[in-house]
Amino acid sequence: MDRVLGDKRAIFVLLGPALLVYSLVMLVPILWSLGYTVFDGNPIVGFTFNGLGNFTKFFQDPAAWSAIWFTIRYALVLTILQVGTGFGLSLLYVFWLKKASSTIRTIVFFPVVLPTVAVALLFQRLFEAAPTTGPVNSLLNVFGIPSVDWFGTPDASFWIIILMDLWRSMGFYAVLLYAGLLDIPEEMLESARLDGAGGWKLVRTIVLPLSLPVLLSSLIFSINGTLKVFDTIIALTNGGPGNATTPLTLYMFQTSFTYGEYGYGSTIALMLTILCLLFTVFIFRSTRRDITKG
Amino acid sequence: MTTAPKSRLRRLAPLVAVVGAGAMLLTACGPASGGGSADSGKFTYLGQTENTTIISTLEALGKDQCAAEEKAAPLTSDSVAGTQWDQKLQLLAGQDALSNMSMAAGTPSLMKQFIDAGQVVDLSAELEKLGVADKILPAADSTIKALYGEDSLYALPTELNIEGFWYNKQLLADNGLEAPATWDDLVAAADTLQGAGVQPFAAAGKDGWPVTRLVGDYIARDLGPDALKDVADGTAKLTDDEYVKAADAVAELGKAGYFGEAVGSVDYNAAMNEFLTGKAAFFYMGSWALANFNDETQNTIGVDNVGFAPFPAVDGGAGSIDQVPANVGIPVMLAKKGFGDSQAAWLKCIASNYGDAVLKESGVVSGFALDTPPTDLPETTQTVQQVIQDAPSSILWFEALFTSKGTSVSQTNGGGLANGTLSGADFMKLVQAANDEG
Repeated sequence: MDRVLGDKRAIFVLLGPALLVYSLVMLVPILWSLGYTVFDGNPIVGFTFNGLGNFTKFFQDPAAWSAIWFTIRYALVLTILQVGTGFGLSLLYVFWLKKASSTIRTIVFFPVVLPTVAVALLFQRLFEAAPTTGPVNSLLNVFGIPSVDWFGTPDASFWIIILMDLWRSMGFYAVLLYAGLLDIPEEMLESARLDGAGGWKLVRTIVLPLSLPVLLSSLIFSINGTLKVFDTIIALTNGGPGNATTPLTLYMFQTSFTYGEYGYGSTIALMLTILCLLFTVFIFRSTRRDITKG
Repeated sequence: MTTAPKSRLRRLAPLVAVVGAGAMLLTACGPASGGGSADSGKFTYLGQTENTTIISTLEALGKDQCAAEEKAAPLTSDSVAGTQWDQKLQLLAGQDALSNMSMAAGTPSLMKQFIDAGQVVDLSAELEKLGVADKILPAADSTIKALYGEDSLYALPTELNIEGFWYNKQLLADNGLEAPATWDDLVAAADTLQGAGVQPFAAAGKDGWPVTRLVGDYIARDLGPDALKDVADGTAKLTDDEYVKAADAVAELGKAGYFGEAVGSVDYNAAMNEFLTGKAAFFYMGSWALANFNDETQNTIGVDNVGFAPFPAVDGGAGSIDQVPANVGIPVMLAKKGFGDSQAAWLKCIASNYGDAVLKESGVVSGFALDTPPTDLPETTQTVQQVIQDAPSSILWFEALFTSKGTSVSQTNGGGLANGTLSGADFMKLVQAANDEG
């Protein structure tokens, strides 16, 4: 094996085709898009060099700031909720349901395999206010509360998106963290119990520190996934009402393909990449410090 | 701590430079240029999924008056959802791959890009060459030219619409009301209807444009027909007090709940359904809706029960009630690429026969001249024809001269005006900012 991997030609033959495909479908478009950030225009009218104009525009664009604010708010709220709920569920599987947890695990995991658009349609119907009254509003009406136009008000739309994504993803994080919890040696938990640690104290002093690596992976996974949210929002609210639920990804898409500003759209894409990088580095740094302290 | 990052930076610098240079080189490959014309032996059409009138009329022509053209270059069609229409056209135009004939861009500013890039056929010249220039009605011709700010015609008027308030005659009579002549009359009528438990207006707040149309029309009535052109020219701003007044007037209707519950979630079809099932008294819409009004399965209030009132005058306004908000719906354009003899033959046949065919088959009034006008038209269709004939001049809609972004921002926020969550001043601020960026 060493001889094969030591041979440069063998490495080239083995890696070459995959690297070529990767370069063509990933690297070239990324570089292309990076180049667009200093140009203005689109393929119809042509491109003109614009220097740092797109970046200046980005920092002065209220719609871009509103999209950043929504993106961060959505990412933080959903990450906390989905990792938190996932962790809670995994504790439930391991310490309470134990061997009987497989049925519940399957049920909670089920929404993960459903297509996004189908789930979005389901939630649209659930919270529908017009032309027909959806089940949620019907329930409100039973208690004498008038129907709420959930998708017509910014705050309500935000929380419905959060609710939908939480329902869709908590099963996944529960299984991920469940696998991490299973790795904690039973003897350690047993000895902690003998020492008098139980309930919340056991979770805080033993379970949480020992599952920190997998929690960290979940956090990074979640924050990057949520910062790049696109499909759920386009299917559920299409960024509305107004631009109240428009994340950076959707704004980038609209700017490039609806408004025909490829250069500015690429600038937004670059800013989103930087945002993802900053968050990932921040999480890495902060947890690394905690581990060394612990 | 001090040296490591520096040396790392030094090592990274050439890499960054290479990546940057590569990116610039790649981008500089530039756009696809407008290309030659080779007759493909087919006549391809791309339309919006929602609009079945154009394609069904073309197919009918292909079987009848245009059978020879159909044989020489068979008609093949495809469709895309209206919400993705402009995106699809941009992508196709960027690849120089537009269909022979397609519905024009929804945003006039995008259509101007196609014209400037030389991607669409100059129809004034082409129809003249084919000897059928007189088949386009002057009203439609001038509307299209004004829309794109061109001296030549770049799209065919498959529709010629007027817009205004359609009303349920019975509901108005039951409440002792007449068709409103002024904005104040309209507000008073809405108040009376609301008091009687009747929803005054049906509107598609989800789509937004049926609401922003009211803002545009109010501006035209109050400040005169050129007021929105002043905004496009930069001599006035939507955030000026006199313009904000129009958005406020519409926002007031929203705040009073005149558009009904959850109007932000009501789409085009649902609003149409509200009006045609007698749930709302007024419906601001274009005359393209005649096809729905004349369809007995949709219209349960009866076609004779539908009245038309022009957008009311505003007291002391500079505009006049007989200036009709008009448009050519979404006209069709022809791509320069692939425009050969057989496509020109199709163009000639369409220009000569489309008007009669679409009026006969679908009851749609188009911008083509008629050879044999049908005699048994429904009353609503006759009203539309009469209004078009009598109108001294027409006005464009609110977003007609806006940028793509301005149009999108205006329409996505129209629902906010209708449900009273957005004030007129905030709405105008958003739209003006989007136009300024554009």
